[in-house]
Amino acid sequence: MAHAETKTRRRGGSIDLKVIGPIVALIALVLIGVALNPNFLSYANITNVLARSAFIGIIAVGMTFVITAGGLDLSVGSMAAFVAGLAILTMNVLTDSWGVGLPVILVGVALALVAGLVAGLINGLLITRVGIEAFIVTLGTMGIYRSLITWLADGGTLSLGFEMRELYRPVYYGGIAGISWPIIAFAVIAILGEVVMRHTAFGRHCAAIGSNEKVARYSSIAVLKVRLATYVLLGLLVGFAVVMYVPRLGSASASTGLLWELEAIAAVIIGGTLLKGGFGRVWGTVVGVLILSLIGNILNLTDFVSPYLNGAIQGAVIILAVVLQRKTGTDR
Amino acid sequence: MADPILSLSSVSKSFGPIEVLHGVDFELRPGEIHALIGENGAGKSTTMKILGGYIDQTAGDVLWQGQPLRFTHSDEAEARGIIMIHQEFNLAEHLGVDQNVFLGRELKRGWRLDHAAMRARTAELLAQLDCPVDPSARVSDISVPSKQMVEIAKALSRDLKVLIMDEPTAVLTERDCEVLFRQVERLRDEGVAVLYTSHKLSEVKRICDRVTVLRDGAMVRNSKVSEITEDEMAEAMVGRELSGLYPAKALPRAEVMLEVENLSVPGMVEGASLKLRRGEVLGIGGLVGSGRTELAEAIAGLRARSGTVRLEGKDLPAAEPHVAMTRGLAYLTEDRKGAGLLLEKTLRENLTLPLLDRFGGVLIDRKAEEAALDKAIADFAIRVPERNMAVGNLSGGNQQKLLLAKTLLSDPQVILIDEPTRGIDIGTKQQIYQLIADLAAEGRAIVVISSEMPELIGLASRVLVMHAGRVVGELAQDEINEGAIVRLAMGLKDSEGEAA
Repeated sequence: MAHAETKTRRRGGSIDLKVIGPIVALIALVLIGVALNPNFLSYANITNVLARSAFIGIIAVGMTFVITAGGLDLSVGSMAAFVAGLAILTMNVLTDSWGVGLPVILVGVALALVAGLVAGLINGLLITRVGIEAFIVTLGTMGIYRSLITWLADGGTLSLGFEMRELYRPVYYGGIAGISWPIIAFAVIAILGEVVMRHTAFGRHCAAIGSNEKVARYSSIAVLKVRLATYVLLGLLVGFAVVMYVPRLGSASASTGLLWELEAIAAVIIGGTLLKGGFGRVWGTVVGVLILSLIGNILNLTDFVSPYLNGAIQGAVIILAVVLQRKTGTDR
Repeated sequence: MADPILSLSSVSKSFGPIEVLHGVDFELRPGEIHALIGENGAGKSTTMKILGGYIDQTAGDVLWQGQPLRFTHSDEAEARGIIMIHQEFNLAEHLGVDQNVFLGRELKRGWRLDHAAMRARTAELLAQLDCPVDPSARVSDISVPSKQMVEIAKALSRDLKVLIMDEPTAVLTERDCEVLFRQVERLRDEGVAVLYTSHKLSEVKRICDRVTVLRDGAMVRNSKVSEITEDEMAEAMVGRELSGLYPAKALPRAEVMLEVENLSVPGMVEGASLKLRRGEVLGIGGLVGSGRTELAEAIAGLRARSGTVRLEGKDLPAAEPHVAMTRGLAYLTEDRKGAGLLLEKTLRENLTLPLLDRFGGVLIDRKAEEAALDKAIADFAIRVPERNMAVGNLSGGNQQKLLLAKTLLSDPQVILIDEPTRGIDIGTKQQIYQLIADLAAEGRAIVVISSEMPELIGLASRVLVMHAGRVVGELAQDEINEGAIVRLAMGLKDSEGEAA
């Protein structure tokens, strides 16, 4: 426990390792990448890395709010798969009656967003109204959604009709000024997320609740509503990530979105958000997402280390990030 | 007189560039209770932590039986019999009382834990302390005073040479205090050296043999308790003459601001009613656990309740703290660290937390927040070494001032203040009393809940006393005295003033 007089310091020091740590790590990774493979900084590679990061990234932005408010959501990966399956099924059915066209895609997009929102709402209500621990609730829904997508796909793969896929494809592969849509979407959501976290009452309330729920309640903050809102926001962002994901492969299966929840949580933690809540930063999460995808990318581009060791290296980075954060915080 | 067992010789301590202790000399002798007093931030905690081996001094020596010694860890201090009882308890809430008493030093038979022996020994220790707690009870289920007793039992279970007690009575009722005093005196008679801190000078007078006064990190007075009066202690602490701790009482006006009828909180409060007028300071007394806090929290919408609460003549809905706040009612919690302030956040973030919607539209207006903080620091004389520091680093008195500023930010007309001066020094107390009187004089209606009798007597023009969830009596003007409050609080049937 921190005692008043022993900790009258900190912040006075020059640079906070907590702040620059993730950025330094990211820069180091880029330098390593460049040193190992000249193609690393090529337009094609960078675009590829960023676009693939977008799904996890968009979800991780929402996860930052959930974790900052002292919550957790393990269900996002399964939720993404289920929502994707639902959207694909619906679009296929509609294609039969409406024919191939924009309306079908619009309905698919709307359905994905609404389904994500509802899924987040269910998590949130179970956690805030029924009062079950977030870990338990989302562990449960994680299993439920994963099982539902397997069932919907009958153990196989749900695929969007070929013509529909061609029509929907540009949402992932297209873009403006050479920047693809997923990258733009990720950037916009990250910037909005950062602003909301740092400069709005909602962001401040999330941090207050995660820091000390009782203080928040005694400060007349509607704790349950704010907490519910974080899960709804995350669900909505999962829906949005699915909207960008479906045109990439045009299919969903039992292995879609596998381990996304862990990657999203890992990105949030690497970025400096506290797992126990009370402090969160969205830009850190973005850096965390990039660090995780760069590790995979670098391993793929070099023969140095087997790409099969990707998970091991990512795991080590996650642990290292938390150790470094704690080092600077021990005098608290 | 015995030689000192543990002492400090010109000890200084700096945190970063700031020196908080300046060459302090301090001696603890076997068989002596030595009081260490001073305002919040005077360096008491730092001194205690150096003695207890929790932190290192920057200069000077810690002497153990005359020999310089440097602890690298508090375990080493404990191994020598130096035990510190913290203000915030060091108990594992989910473990049993006996498991806590022997935590880290479990008794064993072979490789197995000897539960029976530990339980028996704990029962013995608790019996010594007149503490009726079952050794196998879970710590989270026992009362706060009992937890204190468990902490003391834990200390007693070791080979105790030096006992350092950080405001042990802050959470105790008067009866428990007496038990504690007897135990401390018994330990002294057995040759234990005791360091005792308290903001209650009457206690220092009551049980201590010697007193050292710290002010701004330096020792300003060291004498036998028999040679110094309470007033002299207070003046040494504050460094100026303290005249009139309590300001003149404002006169209540006619207009009723708050009316509570038949308010009940299941298991806590039963059928409480009260009326509060503009300009009035209404005191609520009673023992800890008598339902005072729950009554105030129910009025403020922080607890589910039945019964009616009318604010300026209009009904206030239950369990809607936000509505209560926007309608001009504010509650200042007794639990500063647990429910009042976010300790790891900055002053600014704490100050504006309840009222963020008044700082900017969609985006928070940082400049307006900073301006509000400037005003709060000036208005409430908050001493802030560094503006962006975490609130947990402020002294208790300054935290309390910030909490007051936060509570008053919404400009409430009805203010419920629960324990206005818990754990803060006498100089700050005086400022807070003056503030309360000023607020009443401005025409606000104020409820002061307090365990400190002099506070109720000095501030309130009318006192309600609660016992076991009920308002059992009302004392007006000249009826307010310690005897009357205590009789009612203890639930003794008294002819005067049955609840209206």
